[in-house]
Amino acid sequence: MPTFDLSNTPLRELNSALHGLAAGANDTEFEVINPRGSHAVAVGIDSPVKVAVHGSVGYYCAGMNDGGTVTVHGSAGPGVAENMMSGAVFIDGDASQYAGATGRGGLLVIKGNAASRCGISMKGIDIVVHGSIGHMSAFMGQSGHLVVLGDAGDALGDSIYEAKLFVRGAVKSLGSDCIEKEMRPEHLEKLAELLAKAGVTDVKPEEFKRYGSARKLYNFNIDNADAY
Amino acid sequence: MCGIVGLFLKDKSLEPQLGELLSDMLIVMTDRGPDSAGIAIYGSAANGRAKVTVQSANPDADFAGLADALKAEGIDASIVIKSTHAVLDIPADKADAVRSVLSNIRPDVRVMGSGESVEIYKETGLPKDVVARFDVRSMAGTHGIGHTRMATESAVTTLGAHPFSTGADQCLVHNGSLSNHNNLRRELVREGMTFETQNDSEVAAAYLTAEMAKGKDLGQALEGALDDLDGFFTFVVGTKSGFGVVRDPIACKPAVMAETDQYVAFGSEYRALVNLPGIENARVWEPEPATVYFWDHEKAA
Repeated sequence: MPTFDLSNTPLRELNSALHGLAAGANDTEFEVINPRGSHAVAVGIDSPVKVAVHGSVGYYCAGMNDGGTVTVHGSAGPGVAENMMSGAVFIDGDASQYAGATGRGGLLVIKGNAASRCGISMKGIDIVVHGSIGHMSAFMGQSGHLVVLGDAGDALGDSIYEAKLFVRGAVKSLGSDCIEKEMRPEHLEKLAELLAKAGVTDVKPEEFKRYGSARKLYNFNIDNADAY
Repeated sequence: MCGIVGLFLKDKSLEPQLGELLSDMLIVMTDRGPDSAGIAIYGSAANGRAKVTVQSANPDADFAGLADALKAEGIDASIVIKSTHAVLDIPADKADAVRSVLSNIRPDVRVMGSGESVEIYKETGLPKDVVARFDVRSMAGTHGIGHTRMATESAVTTLGAHPFSTGADQCLVHNGSLSNHNNLRRELVREGMTFETQNDSEVAAAYLTAEMAKGKDLGQALEGALDDLDGFFTFVVGTKSGFGVVRDPIACKPAVMAETDQYVAFGSEYRALVNLPGIENARVWEPEPATVYFWDHEKAA
């Protein structure tokens, strides 16, 4: 198992090794030690590698991940798993702002709290946060699921499209055009599946409320024609 | 983008290392802003004495014979010269008078800041060079703040560098940009504040100074800043015994804090904190938007 010590190895060596794996290679498990807040750790993975990062990372860890599994045994800086395509990213600690931003697929699990703008402009990613999330989360979320076991900050789901939001705790305020919606059986089923994938065993889907788009903002309403 | 750092020591045994720790924190932040760098350190204060940090673009000419020239004007000063800066140690009751005396006898000398304990060093250039030039590593103190600048709102000059000091023992570093600084500057000028630059961050510093002059403590002044300042900001502020942090309600500008029994530390990024002693077991968190954090040596005692 290759180990990269970022206290004495340039980051580019790690990322090049992750990108340069031949198809069918067997040695697909990587360890990263001493990340010490480095930026762009394990970005651009495009094969089903496993990366374990021991320590906290800075900006854009696991960005653009396509098929890899990245576990950070520490906390993550801004933009973790930004624009993830597929695969999974697990953060043991907290995540800073815009975790999972613009993600198109895959699963992001944050065991601590996430700061502001979690899941901003999400486009298919599933995000499960064991703790709470900050303000403006899921802003303009288009598709995918955001599951929050704790509380949500101000303006949750502002200008949201079709992303589905599930919050177990309190929501400080809902953003424009975001409303609480009925929890139907298919939602409970999806929630149970996501909780299981995220390793949550002591919480039931029935404890959550669902939020989503009122669909008044993104459909043109002829009554508003005068406003243009 | 800029990089800001701050370190407030609770454990006196770390005080001799303050300059060393703060220097390393600032140098790690170099790639957030390579234009200019500055540092303010709160060191020892002597009863009845004031420290005035001054700067000159021609230190050889301006600092030569400065002590004698000040003495001729009735000010007994002991002077320590560090590169383009000099710290004048003078009787506290001359702290105001020395500014007008200096503007007469050394018109090109600029006052960076003054107070009982603060010393401020700032210049254009990289943090590592600025730190070396002023021998910041050897400095001891109770708390300090630092800044590395990527200029947006005013020119890359020594005076445009942070920290900004607009009141005795007060200083501020800023990451962000203010949008109502011109209006606010006009209002503060009307209240009697003076400005050295067109810089937005200087307005924020002067705003806090003006509010504290009205009787607010640092925490209350920072609460007021949330209502009265418009724009993006993460501020780290020092006073003689206090250390404060506040972020605007949008909180785009990054911030990480760490606290142990020995210190409270601030960094624009976690990278700035990784060399601090005991960071592995520190409580590390991201300061909340629109929330004032402050610590005070006198109030904690």
